[in-house]
Amino acid sequence: MTLHHRPDTVEITLTVNGNDHLLTIPPATRLSEVLRDHLGLTGTKVGCDAGDCGACTVSLAGQQVCACLVPAAQADGGQIITVEGLAASQAGQLLQASFAKHGAVQCGICTPGMLMAASDLLARNTAPSRADIMDALGGVLCRCTGYEKIVDAVAAALSPTPSGEDVMQSMTDEGGSLISGVLPHPTACGGHLLPREKEGAIGQRIPKLDGASRIDGSALFGADAAPADALWLRAIRSPHARAQFAFGDLAAWTKATPGITRVFTARDVPGHNSFGVYPDLKDQPVLADGHVRYRGEAILAILGERKAVDAICIDDLPIDWQIEPAAIGIAAGLKADPPLHAFKPDNVLTRGLVECGDVLAAFPTAAFTAEGHYETGFVEHAYIEPEAGYAIRRGDTVQVFACTQAPMMDRDEVARVLGLPVGDVVILASACGGGFGGKLDVSVQPLIALAAWHCPGTPVRCVYNRIESMASTTKRHPSEVFARASCDADGSLLSFEMDADFNTGAYASWWPTVANRVPVHATGPYKVPHVRNRTRAIYTNETPAGAFRGFGIPQAAIAQESLYDTLAEKVGIDRLEFRLINALRVGDRTPTGQVLQASAGLAECLERLKPGWRAMLADAAAFNRSTGHLSRGVGIACMWYGIGNTSMSNPSTMRLTLDASGAITFWNGAVDIGQGSTTVLGQIAADALGAPVHLIRSVVGDTDKTFDAGKTSASRQTFVSGKAAELAGKALRAEILRRTNAGPEASIAFGDSVLKVEDNGRKTALDLGSLPLLADGTVLEGIGTFDPPTTPLDAQGQGVPYATYGFAAQAVSLDVDRDLGTVKVRKIIAAHDVGRSINPMLVEGQIHGGIAQGLGLALMEEFIPGRTENLHDYLIPTFGDMPEIEIILVEAHEPLGPSGAKGIGEPALIPTAPAIFSAIRHAVGVVPRKAPLLPHRLWELMRGSEA
Amino acid sequence: MATWLRPTTLEDALKALAADAANRPDNALDRLVPLAGGTDYFPAVKTRQAWFQPSPRRILDLSAIGDLAGVVQEPGVLRIGALATWTAILDAPLHPAFDGLKQASRQVGGVQIQNRGTVVGNICNASPAADGVPPLLALDAQVELASLAGRRRLPLSQFILGNRRTALQRDELVTAVLVPDPLESEHSIFLKLGARAYLVISIASVAANIALDAKGRILGARIAVGACSAAPQRLALLEQRLLGETLEAAPRTVDASMLAALDPIDDVRATAVYRRDAAATLVRRALAGLAMPQERAA
Repeated sequence: MTLHHRPDTVEITLTVNGNDHLLTIPPATRLSEVLRDHLGLTGTKVGCDAGDCGACTVSLAGQQVCACLVPAAQADGGQIITVEGLAASQAGQLLQASFAKHGAVQCGICTPGMLMAASDLLARNTAPSRADIMDALGGVLCRCTGYEKIVDAVAAALSPTPSGEDVMQSMTDEGGSLISGVLPHPTACGGHLLPREKEGAIGQRIPKLDGASRIDGSALFGADAAPADALWLRAIRSPHARAQFAFGDLAAWTKATPGITRVFTARDVPGHNSFGVYPDLKDQPVLADGHVRYRGEAILAILGERKAVDAICIDDLPIDWQIEPAAIGIAAGLKADPPLHAFKPDNVLTRGLVECGDVLAAFPTAAFTAEGHYETGFVEHAYIEPEAGYAIRRGDTVQVFACTQAPMMDRDEVARVLGLPVGDVVILASACGGGFGGKLDVSVQPLIALAAWHCPGTPVRCVYNRIESMASTTKRHPSEVFARASCDADGSLLSFEMDADFNTGAYASWWPTVANRVPVHATGPYKVPHVRNRTRAIYTNETPAGAFRGFGIPQAAIAQESLYDTLAEKVGIDRLEFRLINALRVGDRTPTGQVLQASAGLAECLERLKPGWRAMLADAAAFNRSTGHLSRGVGIACMWYGIGNTSMSNPSTMRLTLDASGAITFWNGAVDIGQGSTTVLGQIAADALGAPVHLIRSVVGDTDKTFDAGKTSASRQTFVSGKAAELAGKALRAEILRRTNAGPEASIAFGDSVLKVEDNGRKTALDLGSLPLLADGTVLEGIGTFDPPTTPLDAQGQGVPYATYGFAAQAVSLDVDRDLGTVKVRKIIAAHDVGRSINPMLVEGQIHGGIAQGLGLALMEEFIPGRTENLHDYLIPTFGDMPEIEIILVEAHEPLGPSGAKGIGEPALIPTAPAIFSAIRHAVGVVPRKAPLLPHRLWELMRGSEA
Repeated sequence: MATWLRPTTLEDALKALAADAANRPDNALDRLVPLAGGTDYFPAVKTRQAWFQPSPRRILDLSAIGDLAGVVQEPGVLRIGALATWTAILDAPLHPAFDGLKQASRQVGGVQIQNRGTVVGNICNASPAADGVPPLLALDAQVELASLAGRRRLPLSQFILGNRRTALQRDELVTAVLVPDPLESEHSIFLKLGARAYLVISIASVAANIALDAKGRILGARIAVGACSAAPQRLALLEQRLLGETLEAAPRTVDASMLAALDPIDDVRATAVYRRDAAATLVRRALAGLAMPQERAA
């Protein structure tokens, strides 16, 4: 029999992308690890190591497989194709080009898996239907795109349809976008959007500028780049929600365990053993000090050779646990004694309030009132890239390469933990495989920095596994909301009151942001004269809750929109009309006393939705006349969202330079987490400068070289950094024109060391080579800074929290299976006021992705610590769960924004769950009050209503 | 020390198992674990590694044993070899009685899993929610086990003993699932209930195989429900009751008493009460689906 003489390794041959390799390797090694760590082919991504996400899909012997599930021994002799080898075939090249052209790539972490699954399909079927595509790619999860553009890209990849027409086709068949006031034009180049002001990049469906590295596998994500001699760090985490612990003789264990270099405890933190978003709330330890407050909290970090740290057995470690009763859930948190943290004896972290008018006096005078309790659970970001990075100490400086949404905040946190001046820490942002708020807090950064600090010159890397990522990092806050609302006899809203409790878990993270955002927005995008919205957060022994797309507003909107449906029903008017009557418009006063000066496009969103809304209602009425177990329902919800940080300075600074060769460099500190800020800001900068966008090279997210652009959160980068980019472009342009005595309308020809400037027929030139060098080796620069004007909120929550707001209305048609409680969302029409759509393809991508996450929040996503810590028990939407989506882009010009633009990231998600719940209620007459509305919960609701 | 054996003959594999059974303690970490596609093994290992718990370190890799491959028609039975994947089932030209098994094969994980995971591995893993088991129960499948002492056959219902428990002895391998040739008129269906479209563990699942006589009366019925008890169950009472009925009338014969053998649990996916009711709904729909010719196509 074939017994290997050295049972721990085996010799295998692989042919990968046409190249033969001979490897001696442990036979159980996952093929994903062979490819990434032994052959350096990091284009194959690891999202779960469990076959749940498909990110590692490769072709083995002509079949798509999850490389994480194939042992090296079984790959022996195999023909393997990875994303790096896709371009060797013409079909592969066409597929990659189609992904770029159709906007099928956002963060790019799932893209290699999507491409490999798609190429497997196209090898068998060159003209697949959309159903074929979904079946073939259904094993790959994407958290960014909502899948629609991926299906478009695969469908068009091998299609002989001439360029451009397929875009038109998809618009007609699947519902593309129509820009307000501009009709689609069949001959428009590269899409259907016509440039209005001048020829330029703004308004064009430009493929992502950083897209190429996402479709060929070359982009370096957090786990993709570490020096070969790096040691591996893993954190030992508490399996208990609340416990005291003590270590035995760790030194003896370290000595006795081969391959282990060193262990680190709380005692080894040279600076402060704490971190947290707010300067006064750094309540979370890097390594717990004798006491853990949630399952998944790190207590020990162990550094060594990879094999050695992976072989650690928890039972061998000298740890003595004393388990204590844990406070699970808000009610338990309110009673927990002793409290989670000594500085908050009642376990209430902080509270938020917005109050105007006299809510208590107003309610009794109302013609109609509605009230209810609503509940939501923890929601996991489920970005397909688990947290990863490496750190190295050189002299007294520490450099950290990691995936992040906020490199400057990371720098400050790491410096504080190490006790260093911030200038001694450099953060290099890796390509970020999805964020959605979850990579605003530090994760691996302080751990690897701490270990690197103690091991000068040795690179230290850490890659969270999926379970660790889910168990230890932040979530959307669970909520328990009581709200009531009233209106007068004709449906004008009169008063609204909300008391919302949020579960912040064991630590504060971003709660203070949620605390203020929720009361400001909780009435929805409507005029309400009498308002009192109160929030509070309760500490519990659960996973910390933090930032997640929408900062608490998606939870509040579920309650608020449901109450307005009730009021519309009581008044006896159409739900859309009710919202139109009450919609905030320019000149209206918000509950914080802010008078909207411009760009309030909700009414236009609703007007544009009306035809589709009426058609959906008629369709549902017709459908429901037939008998069967399905009931069709139609629902609607609206949202508003303040762009940028709440009532605080949140500036961004952008820099655009020319060097002596004429190369244009855009120094952009805004981390692109997949949403496309690199492209959008590049488009804005290019147009402001008057240069073609393809001439601009971007340097993104390097805290040593780029100015602070602020966090990639709060839907702020297009608005805030976009304005800064516009100002930087204008400043550089002005400098060129000044040096050539040209007027503002002059054209500048870029691309060469001599700029050619033409002003009304007068031609001049600027020889860049003759200019003195600036400090960084460039010769001309333009710098732009923008900080959106806001004012602080007073004790009653009055003030100007945001400079501008995004608005949206979404209508949903769905079928409820009355026997099983399952819901099939059929179609969503999404009308969004984005101010100005800088890149409609990317805006659509944000809306698709936001809808997917909103659908997940409504119907399936529920993180339960210790129970749903993986991607097969925690469900996010797959290809087959997405409805047809029709997008209506409304452009209510925002004078402060770049070319009138606002933001879209979070607005896309917020209305979806309440609109789905509205449609379920319309279909079967029950009011959903708990998200996610899993099939058994809806079934119980329907049974309860029968009883 | 880790061990990875990859024999090329069944006899070598059985020798290794026999030696293991005779010489090694019977604990999960030290015993020799048979592995085919690896689609259950690697996820389980990951969960343990995440919390620094040790995993089985001695593996008997069956993938090089040619005799275990393939889906082969033999006299009187269809042999589904221990290495036959879900994709192999989908690619095989099979009688309509196997439509339910094909429908299940299409819903086990994504295509990546279907290309690697095996039908036999699915029954050996013995998850209550294993999607392969209800269709095989409805096909009246037998499990073929081999050891150095010889071969034996067990009905699938006697092979799976409970949640993650089977009748497999330490010195035995499952070499195949054997499905007796169906009646000419037999056809089948599989319905799966989950909270999303792809990549979902069943909340409940139902498989039904029905054969009709010349007058359209039910001649034989086998109906199995998954994810509603420690092991998927046949519904004997219902099967009896359906004999002689027409398919059109069949859904109306289903009532709660016929599902009394089920013993569902509450978990993160659903409640027990819901599962019991949903199973009844799925059984009715499966019978109704069999009455509609267009739903018979796999």
